[in-house]
Amino acid sequence: MGYVLGLQCRECGRQYPKEPLHVCEFCFGPLEIVYDYEQIRRVLSRETIARGPRSMWRYQPLLPLDGDPTVGLQVGFTPLIKAKRLGKVMGLNNLYIKNDCVNHPTLSFKDRVVAVAVSKAKEFNYDTVACASTGNLANSVAAHAAEAGLKSYIFIPADIEMTKVVGTLIYGTTLVGIRGVYDEVNRLCSEIAANFPWAFVNITIRPFYGDGSKTFGYEIAEQLGWKAPDHVVIPVAGSSLITKVWKAFNEFAHLGLIDEVKTKIHAAQASGCAPVTTAIKENRDFIKPVIPNTIAKSIAIGNPADGYYGIKTVKESGGYGEDVADDEIVECMKLLAQTEGIFAETAGGVTLGVARKLVAQGRIQPDDVTVLAITGNGLKTQEAVMGDVGSPILIDPRLSAFQDLFNGKEGK
Amino acid sequence: MPILVRVPTPLQKLTGNRGEVNASGNNVKEVLANLEEQYKGVRERLYDESGTLRRFINIYVNDEDIRFLQGESTKVKEGDEISIVPAIAGGKRA
Repeated sequence: MGYVLGLQCRECGRQYPKEPLHVCEFCFGPLEIVYDYEQIRRVLSRETIARGPRSMWRYQPLLPLDGDPTVGLQVGFTPLIKAKRLGKVMGLNNLYIKNDCVNHPTLSFKDRVVAVAVSKAKEFNYDTVACASTGNLANSVAAHAAEAGLKSYIFIPADIEMTKVVGTLIYGTTLVGIRGVYDEVNRLCSEIAANFPWAFVNITIRPFYGDGSKTFGYEIAEQLGWKAPDHVVIPVAGSSLITKVWKAFNEFAHLGLIDEVKTKIHAAQASGCAPVTTAIKENRDFIKPVIPNTIAKSIAIGNPADGYYGIKTVKESGGYGEDVADDEIVECMKLLAQTEGIFAETAGGVTLGVARKLVAQGRIQPDDVTVLAITGNGLKTQEAVMGDVGSPILIDPRLSAFQDLFNGKEGK
Repeated sequence: MPILVRVPTPLQKLTGNRGEVNASGNNVKEVLANLEEQYKGVRERLYDESGTLRRFINIYVNDEDIRFLQGESTKVKEGDEISIVPAIAGGKRA
């Protein structure tokens, strides 16, 4: 059974029943899930979690389903890696990477939100799911819709990486490329959502969908030995993940699963699309929308839906926001790959580049327990690094050909 | 001096199901006040208890967000259009 009491407006507090709603009809604020923490406290402990499946569903009482999940049963519980070699380069003795590059099944953190959203769509008896996406969500919705046997419609900016296009079409979905930026795709989808009876995972059932991201935070805390880290650096697009990781740590503390949360949550954006970190730096609490122009396409959202709460999360936690230019993103993708053997997508380069700036600014100290949120796989954004990684050395299939080149020399 | 005001679906219950209405005033604040005179109940949907515009309401004058103009003091004249857009709907219409 589930532990959801209903929905509540984050702004005015008005309450709504457990239905596919996402906006307060009175004040237009976003709705969020209200859980029965008293009941959850009775059934959830470190021991029950540890006995649970090696997936995000080990935290099922804290997820907004009424029954058991029906799709995405293997999603989550990705590795938390102590990054010693990268830590040495960065001057950090307790650096960790939460590696959702290897999330099942579509290699990004989006599988977490989609596993919840598609299971919930089935509970609500939808036969069609849909989304507005910069690519990773597209892959994941298409895959989970296939697994669930639901129809899907997926809307993307037409210029995203070819790998993400192919990695969506393969699942047999209806993929619509929009000639415009993500914000225009999202706006169009809001209008489509009002006219078609589909579960748009990040619109119609957004409150349910969003809470899947909490598992990224729960796993970090559990894998650190039931404690929240000193810092988490998180790539920011719509600002949902950053608010949910903060919520996750605070829920764990509220339930007595971890001690007091002293984590500073830091926002990472690309300089070519930095509405949230710019607001943080300028000490504003509202977003000035931008037109994105960056290779980090997965996080290129110029008018983020949860931007206000992203800023609030960073301020509440005592964190900061920084951004990095495209050449630094590529450099950091290579640095992560060459120190830790992890090929992250462009957003991972953003996270690492920003962490490096925060260290240089003295905001992260050498012994602080620091977690980098690496949320997607580099194989999906190969275009971004193709011109920067060199090319294979070509030789004829003769030993002498190899000897001519390499005798007396060392490889990399 | 009529100003065209575009009203989002959730507020159209108050405007007789009309998505576009005329209102008068010299700036945004006056136009929204006039809207309340014509259609009672609009004000509490747009403003919180302290009289501040609600955070998830965006107001555009001729497709420019008033936060980047002069806020509610932004002057309007005949022929201008004011759009009331729930923020959660995402980016502004191109």
